[in-house]
Amino acid sequence: MTKDITLDYVSVQFGDYVAVDGAHLTIQGGEFFSFLGPSGCGKTTLLRCISGFQEPTAGQIRIGGKDMRGIGPNKRPTALIFQNLALFPLMSVADNIAFPLEVRGVDRKTRRRRADELLELIALSGQGDKRISELSGGQKQRVAIARALAVEPDILLLDEPLSALDLKLRQHMRRELRAIQKQVGLTFIYITHDQGEALTMSDRVAVMSRGRIEQVGDARAVYDQPRTAFVASFVGENNALTGRVLGRENGLSTLDLGLPAPVRVATASGPGAKLAPGAECMAFVRPEALRPCAPDAPNAFPATVIREEFEGAQRHLVLETPGPGPAAGPAAGPAAPRELRMTLVNDDRDAAFGPGAAISVGFAPDMACALPPGELASA
Amino acid sequence: MTKGPALLLPVLYLALFFAYLFGPLAIMAITAFNSAGFPRVSPWECLTFGWFGKLAQDTRLLEGIGNSLIIGVGVVLIAVPIGLAAALTLSQVGPRLRASLYTVFIAPILVPGVVIGLSTLIFWDRLGAMIGADYDTLFYDGIFLTIAGQVTFIAAYSMLVFLSRISRFDPTLTEAALDMGATPTQAFVKVLLPFMAPAIASAAVLAFLASMENYNTTVFTVVAESTFTTVLASKVRYGLDPSISAVAVIIVAFTLIAATVFEMGKRRQTRAASGLLALDRPVLRLIAHPLFVAGLMAALVGGVVWTGANHDSSVCEMQVLDDKRAVQERLEQERRERIEALTPAPSAPSAPTQSAPGGAFAPGSLAPGGSAPSPAPSPAPAPAPSAPGGAFVPGALAPGGAFAPGGLAPSGSVDN
Repeated sequence: MTKDITLDYVSVQFGDYVAVDGAHLTIQGGEFFSFLGPSGCGKTTLLRCISGFQEPTAGQIRIGGKDMRGIGPNKRPTALIFQNLALFPLMSVADNIAFPLEVRGVDRKTRRRRADELLELIALSGQGDKRISELSGGQKQRVAIARALAVEPDILLLDEPLSALDLKLRQHMRRELRAIQKQVGLTFIYITHDQGEALTMSDRVAVMSRGRIEQVGDARAVYDQPRTAFVASFVGENNALTGRVLGRENGLSTLDLGLPAPVRVATASGPGAKLAPGAECMAFVRPEALRPCAPDAPNAFPATVIREEFEGAQRHLVLETPGPGPAAGPAAGPAAPRELRMTLVNDDRDAAFGPGAAISVGFAPDMACALPPGELASA
Repeated sequence: MTKGPALLLPVLYLALFFAYLFGPLAIMAITAFNSAGFPRVSPWECLTFGWFGKLAQDTRLLEGIGNSLIIGVGVVLIAVPIGLAAALTLSQVGPRLRASLYTVFIAPILVPGVVIGLSTLIFWDRLGAMIGADYDTLFYDGIFLTIAGQVTFIAAYSMLVFLSRISRFDPTLTEAALDMGATPTQAFVKVLLPFMAPAIASAAVLAFLASMENYNTTVFTVVAESTFTTVLASKVRYGLDPSISAVAVIIVAFTLIAATVFEMGKRRQTRAASGLLALDRPVLRLIAHPLFVAGLMAALVGGVVWTGANHDSSVCEMQVLDDKRAVQERLEQERRERIEALTPAPSAPSAPTQSAPGGAFAPGSLAPGGSAPSPAPSPAPAPAPSAPGGAFVPGALAPGGAFAPGGLAPSGSVDN
């Protein structure tokens, strides 16, 4: 019953504007797959192509091996959960859920029974006669899911359905969505600009930027082994440092990043392995990978604490270190100061690092990565 | 102390405002119950319901109302779907096409009704002539032509109603319906149409009212038939009586009742929607129920009609008639006296001068004088044609006319 979805170099063009540029990937049946990207990256357009509201200008979409061109949204084995949910405000909760059955000519009794079953699944038993306006945000969310499930689709498409909810509810709904997906065993294709959602729920994530798919992989791969500068800067927080490759041996590249001493970064695989000595590069060090250390430790460099952002379990220190920032490039010279972020677990050990303190920080070579220069995600 | 005038002014303004708005209606409503033959409030004669009865026997007016109802229903049935289609089209096309289409759709509202009426008439006439249709065909049928003419601009009115509603429609609802497997027709019938239902209702009411009260277009397109408005207009031209006020009272009463019942229904809905209805006391819930209100109103109207049917104003009217007759008789009497006062004293040259300034205009004194139109005090020369002649004896005028103090002085003595 599960069907693979294949996007075969799908492109969508609006006039001169390229919304989706050659998307090419296969989503396995039963997978929880997310498209992650900033707004305007083309992920919603791609979703509308899969659901049938938009025809690709080039390429092919196949669901279960069948070409979907010319097949309307009402005839595809997909169900879409809209960003604004698009529940019918004039119908009761049960009528909303039973709507897909109603338009298929299912009789009233069966409809009601199926609606009750789905209400039970979403833990809203006995609330079928309520009006949509009487439900809370999270309940509406679940009704929208139930309505989509009533279609009995092979693929459930979700267009940022959690973006309107507050943080607590969003976290709760993440778990719930994942649980429902496990329970019904459907393919979920999830669209979001919230990387937290994408990483926590998905089996695999496709990171998109400017209509292109930058990287496809599971959460760990996308976070730990980004393949482009955009992915490195968009997924999670990252410190970007520009510089030049000095040499490479044993899967370790030596980089000149404008710091007092060269640093070594692991480049055993991925795009970093292809960086030849002398090439310009970008190095990415996660805030949690930066650690205070002895001045003579490997990859250690001096920094000054500018300010501290306290966030309960974690402390974020903003550090200043001389050298070219990501935007300025190597031409800015080694003297220009740049800001780095360092995240520490909030325990008493590092309490001494107040603003103004001159410290020494470093990172393990395998906790950073080197990539060819590229566009960064705007903050 | 400063609060008094500050409060007084708005109250005064409001009073004036409502007086201006509803004063004419109130006065008109009163005239429907006055037995006077011309619609007026004063002098008040008798409370009567007779004008309603007269109305019920006015076949021309009834026929006109019947035609207006047929035309109104026809206009609603045609103009509302056209308006809905136009609004849907506008909501789905691009912005540039939308602007130009909007101008085209709205144009009939801007064209004077007279022009629409005339052009409808000419258009169908030419069309009929081209086909060689007879005068008893659709092309020359007043009711059909009126529906055709009115639809052209009333469809645009209803489009405006639909546009304001459709702009609040979330198009993703239609997409959702399609995505759930609905055909486009199902999506339209089950999602868009229920959303548009209130607008359809108000567009229908608006279209019906606009059709009922239309004159400019109708007067041309109605040809040999007549509608409510054309009958009224001809009544205004050939003489009014208060049965027109009676029509107005019926319309106002109907509107008020419909509006009240509708409003009660709406309140009940909003209270039900916010869950407040259950909190009301049962008595209050019953009283505020639209059906109860409608029943109450119907009972009220029934009571008024019953009272009207059983009210006999003939005694009062007879009384008024008698009063009038008495007044007339008194006037007659006065006239007779005056004539008598004139006839026995034709020899006294100064006596008639007394009646000259005032008496000459009294109907009584004119009667015997025939058509004596010449104003009494005219200093006309001797051969004045007036019958009471004596007054105008050249001799009497000679000293300086009847108004000369000298001329009047002796008259006083005659009176005594």
